[in-house]
Amino acid sequence: MKGAPLKIGFIPLVDAAPLIIARELGFAEEEGIDLELKRSASWSALRDLLYVGQVDAAHMLAPVPVAGALGLGGAGVPLSVISVLSINGNVIGLGQELAYELRNKGHNFSFLNAKEAGKALIGSINDEFRIGVPFPFSMHAELIYYWLSEMGLPAPLGVSVRTIPPSVMVDALKAGEIDAFCVGEPWGSLSVENNVGTLLLPTCAIWKSAPEKVLATRTAWAESEPVLRDRLIRAVWRAARWLSDPSAHSLATEVLSRNEYLNVPAELIGRALSGNMVISAKGEERKIPGFVRFYEGAATFPWKSQAEWIGDRLASRNGLDRAKGREAAARTFRSDFYRAALGGTSAVLPGASSKLEGALSQPAVVTAAQGQLELEADSFFDGQIFEPSRT
Amino acid sequence: MSELLSIVVVESDRDRALQIVDSLRKAGEIEIYVIGTTTSLSREVQKRQPDVVLIDIENPSRDTLEELALASGPLERPVAMFVDQSDDGLSAAAIEAGVSAYVVDGLQPGRLKPILDAAIARFKMFERMRKELAATKQALEERKVIDRAKGMLMKAKGLSENEAYDILRKTAMGQNKRVADVADALVTAAGLLS
Repeated sequence: MKGAPLKIGFIPLVDAAPLIIARELGFAEEEGIDLELKRSASWSALRDLLYVGQVDAAHMLAPVPVAGALGLGGAGVPLSVISVLSINGNVIGLGQELAYELRNKGHNFSFLNAKEAGKALIGSINDEFRIGVPFPFSMHAELIYYWLSEMGLPAPLGVSVRTIPPSVMVDALKAGEIDAFCVGEPWGSLSVENNVGTLLLPTCAIWKSAPEKVLATRTAWAESEPVLRDRLIRAVWRAARWLSDPSAHSLATEVLSRNEYLNVPAELIGRALSGNMVISAKGEERKIPGFVRFYEGAATFPWKSQAEWIGDRLASRNGLDRAKGREAAARTFRSDFYRAALGGTSAVLPGASSKLEGALSQPAVVTAAQGQLELEADSFFDGQIFEPSRT
Repeated sequence: MSELLSIVVVESDRDRALQIVDSLRKAGEIEIYVIGTTTSLSREVQKRQPDVVLIDIENPSRDTLEELALASGPLERPVAMFVDQSDDGLSAAAIEAGVSAYVVDGLQPGRLKPILDAAIARFKMFERMRKELAATKQALEERKVIDRAKGMLMKAKGLSENEAYDILRKTAMGQNKRVADVADALVTAAGLLS
């Protein structure tokens, strides 16, 4: 029996996995919904498809709905985040020339330490340094700005940041249009595989729990379709839980690698899921536990404080009132919808909907709505702690 | 802004670009530039300063345009797909047809409508052609696989071509699958065993 049809847009990236798995492994069907997945070529196109109702929900960069709420970009259609889809999962990579320069100056490519990597990078570039990110409103851009600025290179002022879609990133690096990139998997690994790039750092080394992709809908849709909305949230949550089991990875990579989804070899996709990254064409391996997270530590809970962090950064960079920006941002992350959908299930929901961001350097057990919940480490590389306006 | 409306069309397929230009010309007197390579997109758009950029929704470089439009002042001129947001029907029709229009400066909706109408009609036609081409290609591929499967059966079981096809067809019916899928499975399995 077919369930209620829902059209969901996605961009070919490893972190679209919860949506693809929800469809292919039957989690959507169990919830009585039939997901039609529509692949999109660019983030702005996907956002616009969502605006005009060509898709009901979309795989989206966490800062896009927030930027819209602040009046930055887009056509002004209010969007709501009904669930986070993934935490972390991006890599910063360098062109071979620049990587060679860093090695020459003694950098060890530990793929671990944001301070050392930042120092080595800043010591090897000149005024013309160009870095590609997939979209102006992305965690890629935010984390690059945060990292470089804290390291003493004012960004975006002091560097040339270019918008290049993920699928074009490797070609842009090869063509010499950029010197470095920050991109989601599998595109970083593909640059390694094609001997075009060397990976310098995973973005989780900058912020250990950065909300990366979200599940976004038009606010009007989320409010007028509570039944479908709740089913969708649950189906995606169940898919995420399935994905968190390492024994599921080989099947997950096979499914994701299909033509209609990512259309890249399964082995490249497996690197991100297992956290066993290969950082250079020489085959140097680095183990990054929690490279991308879909489930552990309430990964998909839409924390208002995450939205506020993004809103605060966007407002301050664009000369907007920061308090208002935070408030508008927090309203887009609908922890109320998430709670409504998962309330009666075995999901452990946090007691609060906002928390200090960056306070945990180690996993910690906190009080949940019922029982206890283990949160993952969420510290920033420079130890800053972000305090949301309401806790 | 000069009196003449200026439009940049981003399209790498030369024939398609020419046809789009033709239909736009019919919509009125317009200055039109075609950009073929996406690597120079950013530079060209900045140089031309067009009123409108038309780009295929399937073109990933659409995100680069978004950045350009933002750089021209996100707060004074909120970037919208369409100037007149109240005209939802037009936006939806354009997106459905695969047109992305980027309005780079404030522009009267009345001036934009005929352009978009023309672009929508043209894009729809190409969409149909693209689908037909894809369907034809798939049919050809499937034909090849079925022929190979038939050949294998004929050789292995000493059958005639018709008998071999009959086996494929019956198996497909029995398994509620398409003949092409059964043929594909046979070819794949034979490849693994050989």
